[in-house]
Amino acid sequence: MASVGTAPVSPRGPLVRPLVVAVLCLLLALLVVRPVGAQEAAADLDPLVRQLADRDFAAKITAVEALGATGDTRAVPVLDAMLTGRLAVRSADGRLVITESRGSVLLLTDPLSGAEVGEADKSAVDFIAVNNRLRGVLRGTLGGLTLLSPDAGRRREAADAVFRTRDSALLPLLERAAAREHDAGVKSRMDRALAALRALAAPDPAQRIAAVTALRNLADPEVRSLLATIAAADTDANVREAAATAQRHVEQRLALWGVLGNVFQGVSLGSVLLLAAVGLAITFGVMGVINMAHGEMVMLGAYTTYVVQDLFRTYAPGAFDFSVLVAIPSAFLVTALIGILIERSIIRFLYGRPLETLLATWGLSLVLQQAVRSIFGPSNREVGNPSWMSGALDLGVLTLTYNRIWIIVFSIAVFAALMLLIRASGFGLQMRAVTQNRRMAAAMGIRTGRVDALTFGLGSGIAGMAGVALSQIDNVSPNLGQSYIIDSFMVVVFGGVGNLWGTLVGALTLGLANKFLEPYAGAVLAKILILVAIILFIQKRPRGLFALRGRAVET
Amino acid sequence: MTSTRSRAPRPLAGGLLAGSGAAAATIGLLLAAAVLVPVLNLAVAADSPVHMPTWVVSLVGKYLTFALLALSVDLIWGFCGILSLGHGAFFALGGYAIGMHLMREIGGRGVYGNPLLPDFMVFLNWSELPWYWHGFDSFPFALLMVVLVPGLLAFVFGWFAFRSRVTGVYFSIISQALTFALMLAFFRNDMGFGGNNGLTDFKDVLGFDLQDDRTRAALFALTAVVLAAAYFCCRLIILSRLGKVLVAVRDAESRVRFLGYRVEYYKLFVFVFSAMLAGIAGALYVPQVGIINPSEFAPANSIEIVIWVAIGGRGTLHGAILGAILVNYLKTWFTGAIPELWLFALGGLFIAVTLLLPTGIVGLAEHLRRRRPPATGDETPHLARETAP
Repeated sequence: MASVGTAPVSPRGPLVRPLVVAVLCLLLALLVVRPVGAQEAAADLDPLVRQLADRDFAAKITAVEALGATGDTRAVPVLDAMLTGRLAVRSADGRLVITESRGSVLLLTDPLSGAEVGEADKSAVDFIAVNNRLRGVLRGTLGGLTLLSPDAGRRREAADAVFRTRDSALLPLLERAAAREHDAGVKSRMDRALAALRALAAPDPAQRIAAVTALRNLADPEVRSLLATIAAADTDANVREAAATAQRHVEQRLALWGVLGNVFQGVSLGSVLLLAAVGLAITFGVMGVINMAHGEMVMLGAYTTYVVQDLFRTYAPGAFDFSVLVAIPSAFLVTALIGILIERSIIRFLYGRPLETLLATWGLSLVLQQAVRSIFGPSNREVGNPSWMSGALDLGVLTLTYNRIWIIVFSIAVFAALMLLIRASGFGLQMRAVTQNRRMAAAMGIRTGRVDALTFGLGSGIAGMAGVALSQIDNVSPNLGQSYIIDSFMVVVFGGVGNLWGTLVGALTLGLANKFLEPYAGAVLAKILILVAIILFIQKRPRGLFALRGRAVET
Repeated sequence: MTSTRSRAPRPLAGGLLAGSGAAAATIGLLLAAAVLVPVLNLAVAADSPVHMPTWVVSLVGKYLTFALLALSVDLIWGFCGILSLGHGAFFALGGYAIGMHLMREIGGRGVYGNPLLPDFMVFLNWSELPWYWHGFDSFPFALLMVVLVPGLLAFVFGWFAFRSRVTGVYFSIISQALTFALMLAFFRNDMGFGGNNGLTDFKDVLGFDLQDDRTRAALFALTAVVLAAAYFCCRLIILSRLGKVLVAVRDAESRVRFLGYRVEYYKLFVFVFSAMLAGIAGALYVPQVGIINPSEFAPANSIEIVIWVAIGGRGTLHGAILGAILVNYLKTWFTGAIPELWLFALGGLFIAVTLLLPTGIVGLAEHLRRRRPPATGDETPHLARETAP
């Protein structure tokens, strides 16, 4: 056993970890001295159960612990009844019973066999008193006993419960359970609990160090606090040091996972912002118009999704999983057409007057909101997730929901397609020309009016597709657009005009900054800080991060 | 300039020099209202047909505070080309400043009977007054804050923005971000301004009961007089040399700069002055409606102010007053009669005015009165063009 202690203390080399695992397995094999013997202990159970009715709390605790030590799962209902205050003694004959409320009377059952033994009035039984200390012992023991449950989920819960009790009396039971555990997931939880209990209570410091070292690769806040306790309270200086090292190691891992989690959340928010803002950026870049009704285009896209899903539910319920795929082009077409209509009927009369356009499109947004409210009602509409978008990817400490992952993929796809359109198509060339120098472009024969209309349609269509994505993670209500419009403006002015990379960088920066500030400042304050930061940033770069340079954009 | 579409010059509706008749009429009307409305409310018997109920007095008083707010926006937008979409913030800050005083004046008469702490602080288990609430028990101090807080915020914000030459829609967007950030901040309970509910349940001002008809009438008269005075001050600014520079900045900012003017100082002055006016409007608004809460900071409110100005007639001052009263009267009527149509009406107004009536009602009236097509080469300044995209 001496070699067990020395190996894991060595520095964290890549070869050490398998070694630790091997050593631990050996350790387990050595410690599991006898197989589970539930049946042979059955006869001993009865006196122990009767001892539970003892007036002395210490005696009760001894009995509970002894019951736990038998490893007999028949003790589980008895202990459970005791914990929930249903264990009682019948006054008439002093028989121990489990009571169950049946209206005004109590149904009595035998604690071990579970057979009914009659009914009694509440006054005809004496309930067995429990105090807090006893409750703690009961919980731990119950956890220990359910370790042997045939249900893997319950074993897993029990392993975690034992881990939390930090009760070394459960160690032998846990060792037995771990030795015969086949489910890898449950086994890892049991090993965690095992290492925790050993690290706390193994008599040999070398064993404790081995256990502490086994814990250090678990990125888990509970392991961290356990190690902190050991680092502060262990009697052996070497163990304390090992625990402190392991604690730092766990903290580093936790911090890393925390950062990864924030990055995912930030990228997810950033991709939503990108979808919402990129259409706005195009319109603003080409036409110099801030389209205040842009948020309503997003909202209309979300409602298109709702309508498409409704049609699917009515006519093709089996194909519901494809509804979102159909909704994407539908939303694009609907909102693009509305966008072109708006451009032809309102915006083209306001060229060269960006501030008036801003006001007119704001008015338009009010009209659209109220129209949707009149047609669909003011309350939220139910939009479902297709099966391939529900659920989550579980990475241990981190849980990534599939809908967020798909939205990230979708926004990258939209961005790439847009880049391709602008860089590689004739229309894209014309759009860039008009962005850079409208008069010169017109002089070269580009029909700037047509470019404007199509650009506005394109921007609106992208907003509609953003609405499809948002319908999967947000409430679909007439106010949906309002909650994204200011953020979208911020992305555009932050990123700069006339360059889509600016929008991408802007959206990701804002998303990440938001999510990294949130743990420290809270969601609202984080948002305020971001807004203030952007206001200050605009002072430094009045045209955003990636401004077009040259005479063309000077006023 | 990339735009090929700068519009044909149009005369500034109402004119700056020719508008003195309208100016006298505006001031006269306001002062007459300041006298007449209290008389109709207090001195005329309640069953008389010309009696004015108190709720109408307060309602019209509210319109007049909005008119003052619109005036402040017209001063910067109509004459200096600064479209602030965050002017509601200055209005709300002025309102909060006077609201804090009114809260302090409740004293021990609150629900919890705490002589020092307002009810919401007792509710949040605060044990002492936050430092920024000190001094507001004094009325003159609160009045000072009504102009100082919005003025200071406008100074800091404007100093950064104008010095960096943040103009056009960029300025509009960041001013909107400003009011949005303030709204989020004031919604927080731990900011110490009552969170969601804001400040309300005011009892009296300077010892006069706020529910009393006479106090209401006096507040109305005060609002009308202040509005008239503010209008007069704005006209003074507009007619001065300073005002001419402001108009020049609006029409051709770069050119004015090349001529050697420090454009940012002119803009900063008029922006700060306008923010102070908005703060005063907020301070007059709060005692008359009896509540101030963070929704006053909502960006939508600030945009609505702009449409009051646009409907009345941008760059005319009295048009802003007219527009504010008219739109708010319409709002009262619509939300009473057919509430579901109000947003259609308001949205439609935004679109119709910008498309069909760029000079507003005053401009239309002027046009009809003159019965001639807009002349070019007029000596009045033109709303020529915005800075091009």
